[in-house]
Amino acid sequence: MSTPEDNRYAKSHEYVHLEGNVATIGITDYAQKELGDVVFVELPQVGSELEAADELGSIESVKAVSELFSPVSGEVIEINEALADNPALVNTDPYGDGWMIRIRVSDPTEIDELMTAEEYEEFIEKESAH
Amino acid sequence: MDEVLKKTPLNQTHRDLGGKMVDFGGWDLPVQFSGILEEHQAVRTDVGIFDVSHMGELTVRGPQAAELLQRATCNDVTKLKDGVAHYNGLLYPNGGFVDDILIYQLAPDDFFVVVNASNTDKDFEWLRQSASGLDADVQNVSADYAQLAIQGPNAERLLQRFTDLQLADIKYYRFAQGTVDGAPAIVSRTGYTGEDGFEVYVAPDHAPGLMRKLVDAGAKPCGLGARDTLRLEAKMALYGNDIDDTTTPIQADLAWIVKLDKGDFVARDVLQREKAEGPPRRLVGFEMVDRGIARHGYPIVDGNEEVGVVTSGTHSPTLKKAIGLAYLPLDKSAQGSEFHVLIRGKETRARVVPTPFYKRSK
Repeated sequence: MSTPEDNRYAKSHEYVHLEGNVATIGITDYAQKELGDVVFVELPQVGSELEAADELGSIESVKAVSELFSPVSGEVIEINEALADNPALVNTDPYGDGWMIRIRVSDPTEIDELMTAEEYEEFIEKESAH
Repeated sequence: MDEVLKKTPLNQTHRDLGGKMVDFGGWDLPVQFSGILEEHQAVRTDVGIFDVSHMGELTVRGPQAAELLQRATCNDVTKLKDGVAHYNGLLYPNGGFVDDILIYQLAPDDFFVVVNASNTDKDFEWLRQSASGLDADVQNVSADYAQLAIQGPNAERLLQRFTDLQLADIKYYRFAQGTVDGAPAIVSRTGYTGEDGFEVYVAPDHAPGLMRKLVDAGAKPCGLGARDTLRLEAKMALYGNDIDDTTTPIQADLAWIVKLDKGDFVARDVLQREKAEGPPRRLVGFEMVDRGIARHGYPIVDGNEEVGVVTSGTHSPTLKKAIGLAYLPLDKSAQGSEFHVLIRGKETRARVVPTPFYKRSK
């Protein structure tokens, strides 16, 4: 799967897709492959306020747990309820139906700090070379 | 600090089959191929194949070989016969596990002992020391064997195509020597999955060809991830997680391998006392009541007090819920008891349940 050009990416492997001031956040295709079968996703409550780099939840695969971090600041306005019954959506469609939360961003310039698709691909290439 | 990982004879085979390699206690082994859930399912419903060549093999031979093993372990070695294997505990005098092992009796004075990879050197030294004064010779022959586990309801049918042994005649925890894919092999009806299946010991050179043929014939390559979820559903202990040198077989709910009436053996007094008075803690199975997965090392709390610890925990692919094993104080370990696991700082409810979590239909 290619890395969508219209997202920005965090070093902790979350993506942000910004439309207006609403950011959709999930984990990247690379991250879901590294995690393996996702069985449980813990997400914040709608209405909670997150600062960039705050822990927003956790994701359990069969083999391990990973923390999720919010790449941007703002108020959580929606969570992906479908993941409660079907967490495998994170594996099958990370950039689509496997999205996790939507945030109304308080500072849209934060997104400029994140990597572009090209930068992210270079980043994971280095990381997987270890 | 580049530690050189140890490789099994199947290392290249795993890579060719798309295995995702990880450092497992110093061994370069596949954690998964197609995915843990898919591999788990294949073993429960069809047949999967695991490379367990990292496991250690020792031989114990001589007129007093049986006596050595009888003294050093808690199960009754005199109950073995030629062609029979059993699960046993190699113990320290305080009752803690040196290792949990399989003993195969090849002849009354010739035993094949299968041990955990990371314990091989320790077990070898321990048995050697214990052999002092006895006419028994202990050898580490781990490098002479590759081990493949073929597991699942279709394991017999698949493996039968490659061996001159009549597999149907090999009952549970029995073994035979014959040829597999033309090479000399030990084949036992044993495993670490809770499913029917076989473990095959062959010379390292023969392993890659055999694995390839079994995979081509329909065995799904499986990694350490599925091995862990399968063994946990079957409530089989994992050394280093559920048992170690601080836990006795009584505490680990393995009283069935403690034969107090077999005569004197290491730690007999400790185990007798624990059996009579009750151990201070007990390994129990649990499932989560609240959402979350309790994993190895997570504390169990009662108010501000830490009262126990989770030793293994995962998502059970068969039951589709979070399960695990934990040490609890005896008075809190009754079935149905609820307790709190601290999952990343959050008190999360779990409940003691009967084990095994999964039992195959015969």
